[in-house]
Amino acid sequence: MPERMLGEELALHKISRRKLLKFATAMAASLALHPSMAAAIAENLAKARRQSVIWISGQECTGCLETITRSASPTLESLIFDFISLDYQSVLMAAAGEAADRTLREAAAANKGNYLLAIDGSLSIKDGGVYSMTGGRSDLQILREFAGNAKAILAIGTCAAYGGIPKAAPNPTGAAGIEDVIGDKPIVNIPGCPPIPEVLTGVLVNFLSFGRLPDLDEQKRPLAYFGTTIHDQCYRRPFYDQGKFAKSFDDEGARQGWCLFELGCKGPITQNACASLKWNGGTSFPIQSGHGCLGCAEPDFWDKGSFYTSLAGGQGPGWKDIAIASGAGLAAGTAAAIAARRSRSAIDQSIEHERKTKSGTET
Amino acid sequence: MTLLDFARGPALYWSVLILIGGLVWRLSGVLFLPFQRNLATPRGGGIEPVYGAISTIFSRMLPHREFWHRTAVGGMLGYAFHIGLLVIVVGGAAHVAVIKSATGLSWTPLPKGIIALVSGMTFTVLIIVLIRRLMHPVLRLLSNFDDYASLVLTIFPVLTGILLAGETFGSFGLLLAIHILSVTALMIWLPFGKLAHTVFVFFGRGALGANFARKGAAK
Repeated sequence: MPERMLGEELALHKISRRKLLKFATAMAASLALHPSMAAAIAENLAKARRQSVIWISGQECTGCLETITRSASPTLESLIFDFISLDYQSVLMAAAGEAADRTLREAAAANKGNYLLAIDGSLSIKDGGVYSMTGGRSDLQILREFAGNAKAILAIGTCAAYGGIPKAAPNPTGAAGIEDVIGDKPIVNIPGCPPIPEVLTGVLVNFLSFGRLPDLDEQKRPLAYFGTTIHDQCYRRPFYDQGKFAKSFDDEGARQGWCLFELGCKGPITQNACASLKWNGGTSFPIQSGHGCLGCAEPDFWDKGSFYTSLAGGQGPGWKDIAIASGAGLAAGTAAAIAARRSRSAIDQSIEHERKTKSGTET
Repeated sequence: MTLLDFARGPALYWSVLILIGGLVWRLSGVLFLPFQRNLATPRGGGIEPVYGAISTIFSRMLPHREFWHRTAVGGMLGYAFHIGLLVIVVGGAAHVAVIKSATGLSWTPLPKGIIALVSGMTFTVLIIVLIRRLMHPVLRLLSNFDDYASLVLTIFPVLTGILLAGETFGSFGLLLAIHILSVTALMIWLPFGKLAHTVFVFFGRGALGANFARKGAAK
């Protein structure tokens, strides 16, 4: 049977062109494209064929996959996922062990040069990657084998993008992000712990519609979603501008929904779409729930001090270090003063000696 | 490590230690210096040296009426930016948060609008002070590297603070990093240049006041 195009598949699922167009309009807005592009997206989506996606995992907690499977219940977005041929995903697929491994190889061979390689989790590169292995092979070996014939790589989640929590000090496994290992393939980083599922949808729609990856920033993140900070899109931003800050999580300011900057919110330095796309079908996001942003979409967010220290503060010295510095200062000052006293004493003795000598000569 | 990580981490850490260690060094070095023993009999009838010290610390903050017609401009400018700096440091919401995280002490910050106004005024006055130092024939002759470095290092945090509050260019993180770095530069220089007057002024005036009291000259 010839492979159907997405438009035919949608018709079979009683998804009208009107619905497809509405979805395309939403996607165009989400990708920060001109509204006129919606028709082109719908047109190209209808003509597109199923895109083979191979999803492998590194050192991960399955949170990224959890969030993406819960992206939405049976919406058009999830149907789009249906039309992606997810040829390998070890958690979701029924096969296991050698059968799963065979499926992976067959899928990669059948779509050689055309599949998208998605990966969640960081790579262990220390000691040859022995700290994370599947079927006797390290994640590093598996990635290198399948990255070679991939059209592009999607690094899903902060761990895959930058190393994430496995990379947190002291990083015992030598965890690293994908682009630290693969340098010769187009990579899209979709950071977040977990990432926003609609961002992955947007990247796939962009790829299916226009045949290319979306525009990326210097950290290889889709500009449409990571172009601004959470702070700039936050509904609490007016309170920041007015200087109204919650001082604790249970004070009047917190109840009034004031800015959480002083409680350690990292929104001003975190680029992500949480404040605009939100989570659970646009229901809420952490700041709306009353907690500051942790900055989970930024590199090394786990090692940047307390989540509850204001950005205005920092990692200054503790009282013990201050006492040591004061002691060192006191010792240096006292030594300088003693040296000055000795010098002064020597001068006084010299003057006294000179005076006595002069006095003796005169008598 | 990003620039902001560096600013909030090692730069802040070491600059605070250098500030405190440097100030203690300078102060203890002066306090333990040999003093010339005053063999003269103290003049009676005046106030105790300790009161003389305290009163002189405050009385010297007030302008002398006799010289006011000549020092009015310099005095007013000095008052303006010193008061401005104090208001910004103790009244800005972000600064109060820093003080709270460092010491546990906290108070209600001033509204952002007032801080913005005072910051603008302070910056303008500091620029005028710098220009005056460059243009005034006598001041120019008296000025050395220390004077200009101290002034520029004071202006820079005010400028970067204004740019940060207004989020004028670049990212918030970049502006915040530049602001923190400008403050760390100020803290590193403070104990070793003329900015040390922030601490020394009290000791200098105190010693002078105590001496005046002994001679019966303190009010």
